[in-house]
Amino acid sequence: MSATTATVGLGMRSSPVAPRTVLDPESQELLEARKSSGRVYDDACARLHELLLRAARFEVARRRRGLAAGEADVIATEAADDALLAVLRRLDDFRGLSKFTTWAYKFAVYEAAVKVRKHAWRDRELPVEEDVLGALHGGLPGPEEDVEMRERLGMIAAAMDSALTPHQRRVLVALAVNGVPIDVLAERLSTTRGALYKTLHDARAKLRSHLEETS
Amino acid sequence: MEDHNTNELLGRLLGPAGPEIGCDACFEELDRFVDLEVAGKDADAAVPGLRAHLEGCPACREEHESLLELVKSDEKS
Repeated sequence: MSATTATVGLGMRSSPVAPRTVLDPESQELLEARKSSGRVYDDACARLHELLLRAARFEVARRRRGLAAGEADVIATEAADDALLAVLRRLDDFRGLSKFTTWAYKFAVYEAAVKVRKHAWRDRELPVEEDVLGALHGGLPGPEEDVEMRERLGMIAAAMDSALTPHQRRVLVALAVNGVPIDVLAERLSTTRGALYKTLHDARAKLRSHLEETS
Repeated sequence: MEDHNTNELLGRLLGPAGPEIGCDACFEELDRFVDLEVAGKDADAAVPGLRAHLEGCPACREEHESLLELVKSDEKS
């Protein structure tokens, strides 16, 4: 099954299983250690956590968004802890198509990025936008903005009102207009990033299609 | 509103025009994609639809940028 058409693949979790390639020595050692127990296993987990903590600190440092030094370190440590659990849970999914370190890093980067976004929005309410056109015009620089562009935004606002469901409109305005991070919106709406992006993707497709039909 | 560039606003509203994968598939393929990029290989051909997804999804784009920089920094050290 292809995961690359406009809709197929959205929300899909796994790719076709490919044969494992030759691993680098560090990857091989870490993977072998999981079959061990006691000290060997504990040492391997400690090394893996160290690797994940480095990646989490790297991500938190890039996206600090007003974090104090203490907060940044707590978030990085929590991200590394959660990433370690995720990596250990999913070790059998590692296909050897990348370096093991790159594969492990992505869990730490993901966990750290999500935590930083949620932390930045922890005391903020989601914007409520009943007036789509007002929301779109709210983003324009000023009255000198191109008239043609304003008209285009007006068409898009009208298309959003007529072609999208209330849920699609809310998601599109929150993510694309108000800049709410997708993980924050997913948490507030009790859904997942993948499901929310599917809603965003479908809303965008309907919007493009509606605009093509009416223009 | 964080970004006042109208063209960027239109881009965020309409999203990438081409076929794209979703966030979950992006996460699954991201490590392979980044390693191919760092190796100078054609990552876009190996994982079609991922680049378009990065254009449409700021969260996945941030994580891709970070992973790429992290792996590059490993290569240098």
